Amino acid sequence: MTTEMTLTQARAALAQRKISARELTTAHLAAIENAKVLNAFITLTAERALAMADASDARLKRGEGGLLEGAPLAIKDLFCTQGVRTTAGSKILDGFTPPYESTVSAKLWQAGAVMLGKANLDEFAMGSSNMTSAYGPVINPWKAKSGPAKGRDLVPGGSSGGSASAVAARLALGATGTDTGGSIRQPAAFCGITGIKPTYGRCSRWGIVAFASSLDQAGAFARTVEDTALLLRAMAGHDPKDSTSAAIPVPDYAAGLNGGVKGLRVGIPKEYRVDGMPEAIDKLWVKGAEWLKAGGAEIVEVSLPHTKYALPCYYIVAPAEASSNLARYDGVRFGLRVPADDLIGQYEATRAAGFGREVKRRILIGTYVLSAGYYDAYYLQAQKVRARIAEDFTKAYERCDVILTPTAPSAAFAIGDQLDDPIAMYLNDVFTVPASLAGLPGISVPAGLDAHGLPLGLQLLGRAFDETTVLRAAKALEDAAAFTHRPEPLP
Amino acid sequence: MALDEATMRKIARLARIRLNDGEVKPFAAELDGLLGWIEQLSEVDTAGVAPMTSVVAMKLPQRADRVTDGGDAAAILANAPETVDGYFVVPKVVE
Repeated sequence: MTTEMTLTQARAALAQRKISARELTTAHLAAIENAKVLNAFITLTAERALAMADASDARLKRGEGGLLEGAPLAIKDLFCTQGVRTTAGSKILDGFTPPYESTVSAKLWQAGAVMLGKANLDEFAMGSSNMTSAYGPVINPWKAKSGPAKGRDLVPGGSSGGSASAVAARLALGATGTDTGGSIRQPAAFCGITGIKPTYGRCSRWGIVAFASSLDQAGAFARTVEDTALLLRAMAGHDPKDSTSAAIPVPDYAAGLNGGVKGLRVGIPKEYRVDGMPEAIDKLWVKGAEWLKAGGAEIVEVSLPHTKYALPCYYIVAPAEASSNLARYDGVRFGLRVPADDLIGQYEATRAAGFGREVKRRILIGTYVLSAGYYDAYYLQAQKVRARIAEDFTKAYERCDVILTPTAPSAAFAIGDQLDDPIAMYLNDVFTVPASLAGLPGISVPAGLDAHGLPLGLQLLGRAFDETTVLRAAKALEDAAAFTHRPEPLP
Repeated sequence: MALDEATMRKIARLARIRLNDGEVKPFAAELDGLLGWIEQLSEVDTAGVAPMTSVVAMKLPQRADRVTDGGDAAAILANAPETVDGYFVVPKVVE
């Protein structure tokens, strides 16, 4: 089947004219139609996709074409797309159609990619399950073969759940995501695919709906490390419109991918052994280290002593920034408006009706920690702890080149579970948040199955702007794991 | 430290989110739980540590102070719930 191809295979088939971009796009649109039950997309852009595919075919026919020419992709609905409604998974953006294109998506179109549609997500990317989307939860294409979740629909993780579900279910060759505290890596692990969050500053944030500006970073999902490397190369690069985007050249990530891990020092942080972690995850982690060792890597134990403070630190920094960023939703310039007699009443009514519960909770806690009298005790202290966490990594990287950890402390759970206890939900990100706070690159690679047949991921973290080494180690891990499992095709 | 309902209402007011009477208590309880959990950060010795203000070590760029964009009033107004003569319309603020 056409949609079974990887991005790399599709590129070769397109270049050799064995398949047309229109055929490839049509096959993916049909797969999406057949997978409506997953609710992976908020908006489909079938007409635009076919027009883009035709333009790709014309370029390919002339022997031209960019890095991703004719490749159908899903775009997380947090990236503004010109002329295509953008929701951020929230009712408060009702009716919003951006008059501009995000830098990252513009770069993808410039590279010849085809937009299939806008992928579902947790509201404003706040969540680890996709259950907070105003457009309904996304369903993970994987099913548990046994255990308590058997027979139930599973979450795809979050916040980029629609992107991950779509790529896992063969509805797109790849997808964009954003990662603030784990929103690419955790859903990649839950859906048995690869997902990379590059270094903060590697991709432009311009035109991405802001959640927490010092943490938000765009990244990519695909079914192989090589595909992920290709997508990242097309997305990354300096953008004068984002003052935090780095003026550093983007390497050809795919070029050195098969270099192996001989001599590479792989750090194992002892603080990542958390209580109550399923045995299968611990075993897989050990196995991952063995695989890399067999490839010639040196395994070293490292210490990241402030790990346990990363989540509470994150839950000050991220909501504080969110409360400030989301102040713009005022019912005046775009999106939902709920009229009231006076202006403040209108703000309050609009925001009460437009934001979901999780978003309100985070705005409220952010407002609290920034409010007079509490700023020093909470926000300032959190920014100092954050510096400590970053320093932990700096010290660890004196002894190692990459760090290997599990991606998440569990496999995908059933829809509806963990929703009552916010802290239990936040714990999903215990292994991904520290690197987010430190701005470092991380990738999740599918590496095995748990006892119930659900995918588990391993995470590799690297030094700032050293995605090349992260991807090279990830490729070695992917080759050793030989993960060929996939979700059952939909009927 | 318990977060009382009056504080919860004040925070909601600052955040410009209207909470109905039934919502105040649950939100106060949830925030209280989160703040209790966050409290552990005070254990960390941060003496002499400068708060992190830049994620990746880099100097913020500067550019020449000149207009690089603009003239898009129609596009900017296109998404507004209500406009008149090129202006956003809000309820009367000044009598």
